[in-house]
Amino acid sequence: MYFHHSEDRQMLADMLGRYLQQRYPFDIRNKISASPEGWSRTHWAELAELGVVGALFGEGAGGFGGTGFDIAAVFEGLGKALVVEPFLGTLMAGQALAMAAGKQDALLAEVIAGTTLLAFAHEEPQSRYDVSDVETQALPNSAGWALQGCKAVVPQIEAADRILVSARIAGAPGDEAGIGLFLVDKAAARLRGYPMVDGGRGGELVLDNTPATLVAKDGFPLIEQAIAAGIVALAWEAVAVMDVLKTTTLDYLRTRRQFGVPIGKFQALQHRMATVALEIELARSAAISAADALGQDRRTRERAVSAAKYTIGRVGTLVAEESIQMHGGIGMTWELPLSHYAKRLTMIGHQLGDEDHHLERFIALGHA
Amino acid sequence: MDLHFSPEEMAFREEVRAFLKDRLPTRIAEKVRTSKRLTKQDMAEWHAILNERGWYANHWPKEYGGPGWSVAQAAIFDIESALAHAPRIVPFGVSMLGPVLIKYGSQAQKDHWLPRILDGTDWWCQGYSEPGAGSDLASLKTSAVRDGDHYVVNGQKTWTTLGQYADMIFCLVRTSTEGKKQEGISFLLIDMKTPGVEVRPIILLDGEHEVNEVFFTDVRVPAENLVGEENKGWTYAKYLLTYERAGLAGVGGSMAAFNHLKEIAQSQRKGGRPLAEDPLFAARLARLEINLENLKITNLRVLAASGSGGSAPLEMSAMLKICGTEIRQEITSLTRRALGPYAQPFVSEALDEGFNGAPIGPDYAAPVAVDYFNNRKLSIFGGSNEVQREIITKALLEL
Ligand SMILES: Cc1cc2nc3c(=O)[nH]c(=O)nc-3n(C[C@H](O)[C@H](O)[C@H](O)COP(=O)(O)OP(=O)(O)OC[C@H]3O[C@@H](n4cnc5c(N)ncnc54)[C@H](O)[C@@H]3O)c2cc1C
Repeated sequence: MYFHHSEDRQMLADMLGRYLQQRYPFDIRNKISASPEGWSRTHWAELAELGVVGALFGEGAGGFGGTGFDIAAVFEGLGKALVVEPFLGTLMAGQALAMAAGKQDALLAEVIAGTTLLAFAHEEPQSRYDVSDVETQALPNSAGWALQGCKAVVPQIEAADRILVSARIAGAPGDEAGIGLFLVDKAAARLRGYPMVDGGRGGELVLDNTPATLVAKDGFPLIEQAIAAGIVALAWEAVAVMDVLKTTTLDYLRTRRQFGVPIGKFQALQHRMATVALEIELARSAAISAADALGQDRRTRERAVSAAKYTIGRVGTLVAEESIQMHGGIGMTWELPLSHYAKRLTMIGHQLGDEDHHLERFIALGHA
Repeated sequence: MDLHFSPEEMAFREEVRAFLKDRLPTRIAEKVRTSKRLTKQDMAEWHAILNERGWYANHWPKEYGGPGWSVAQAAIFDIESALAHAPRIVPFGVSMLGPVLIKYGSQAQKDHWLPRILDGTDWWCQGYSEPGAGSDLASLKTSAVRDGDHYVVNGQKTWTTLGQYADMIFCLVRTSTEGKKQEGISFLLIDMKTPGVEVRPIILLDGEHEVNEVFFTDVRVPAENLVGEENKGWTYAKYLLTYERAGLAGVGGSMAAFNHLKEIAQSQRKGGRPLAEDPLFAARLARLEINLENLKITNLRVLAASGSGGSAPLEMSAMLKICGTEIRQEITSLTRRALGPYAQPFVSEALDEGFNGAPIGPDYAAPVAVDYFNNRKLSIFGGSNEVQREIITKALLEL
């Protein structure tokens, strides 16, 4: 048993950490986050140059990583600095493309080089995390395919050059069979972008007879695995955010004085801090388990992934709320990075399935 | 025991409902219902309407312009107002300072300030907290030094809610550094337009300008603006806090917010059914509903025990503050959960009156996440919930 990153991965993590510390401090992050684009092409290019995108994909796809623990190392680094750039969409779309039997090598090479950006547009306004609830229709025509429907709350979709879209070729919403995966050019798509409450931007994708290229006819297993990778990423991002919140709150308990003593002397706060620290360790264990399970059989993988997302959701709310509370009024301010970490952590709970969704899914998978 | 309203109280409730139906401007109620930003004018407009009916200072004694309501009547008014989506009465002048002046102010102060609170001439804000004096309020440092007919005030207040609108601020200031910290504090009324007063905004995590820092540099305040006796301000401040906390139970507001949550849970769908029927979500809703019902009755019990006049025993008002704020926070948390992915988008302009862009996701989604984050304040201000728990056990243990 060994609970450390391999040497290569540790090097990558250190390098990413150094880069973000020097080039992506909090005030820069907030500027990028609130800019009209909501992300920075410069940082994207430089991070790609450092190999951060390549680390998300296996050798078969032209990368040099791609395992659960590679994803973990990258997203832990990104989480620490509250990075808003489109890594999650790139990871999920790229992983699905890599699984889709060949032909995507050229595109993936551009993605890894940082010159082409991807988004993963799967969820729909009505689907509420149900992976098989796809209403968007794919209709064959003389030129190939055309898509009809709507995709909801896609992170950083405006940043993408190509969008990986799920659409139904056959069957009814709720069927796992009959969901295809398609590539849509951003230029051909109708987007409605908007700011997100935790920084950066997201958007709705409206498909109205939109031309699309078929990537996979039987897309469900690919989508499920892409989402599993996405959840591992979010779990590690969340763990990093929680670590920052923990460190910051501990510092505050040591330095803020009321009634003539550091507030960390109050047992009421000591016990709460202890609970926060303990729960974060359990969340980290869940994230490790999910990263490990990514390469395993479906049931093992999906149970571990749902367990992790449930845990991150539950613990994330606790840690976000408690960190603000233990800071008092100052924890409520825009000026303090803390509140932005708390917002991000809370919103991770709303991505790719919430606490209740994954608890129910864990139960269902147990029966399978 | 009789949990039910008497026929007279029922009749009063009808009277309140009729008044709200008749006089609460639809424009304002709609803004409250949809959690849009209220302007100073919106709030002042509602205060004026209430004042015209004699219901603005509804817990003041009759001789000062109050309606002379019983405890039950005041509770009915609070709940009905909230359910009708009336704005909450801004508490600083009418609910906080008013009772202090009535109990401790001089005749001249009452004659001067109380009518101005009623007719909205003065917008008040509360200058208690300082950067170094939050929970440990008695360690406040802002000083007031007597100089002839004036006090000269130096120091800083912070977290001053709606101070950007205020004409006046009531402050706790240090007039003595001898003896116990609590015994050197005075209660002073300061005109915000006095030279040397500077207000700087603090932006909260939801991006809103709700609170401020207020700086005082050699601010000359007429000595007649001292309330009660010098160095007795702590007594008055504590008296005021019992009013602040009881108001913070916010039962009516939570009932309205819970109704809204139930509607959302009916309209959101999960697995082909209303979210309200999802077993896990239904359990969350049910727990909340039970807690809210328990709070409602507890609130009435506390009000009944404290009699008309409205001030409750310290540990009971502490209990109400904790339960009321935690329930409200849980409602906002569950509303956020109910939205699923649509809790994430945030278009700030959508909270302005007259915004007519298409909503992103359901039309009720826009304010939900920021409401949740903003309401984290409830367990911090008005005496943090940790401090409230200290108050309860201190009173119970008598160690
Ligand atoms: C949105 C908002 C509006 C406000 N409006 C006003 C206003 O209009 N006027 C005004 O005067 N003030 C206002 N306040 C200030 C508010 O009253 C203070 O924030 C509050 O008293 C807590 O003080 P603090 O923020 O300095 O936190 P601190 O006192 O530093 O507390 C930090 C943490 O330590 C805990 N703690 C402190 N002492 C103890 C103890 N003895 N035992 C256990 N735990 C303890 C607290 O509970 C908290 O979790 C407002 C605050 C907010 C957030």
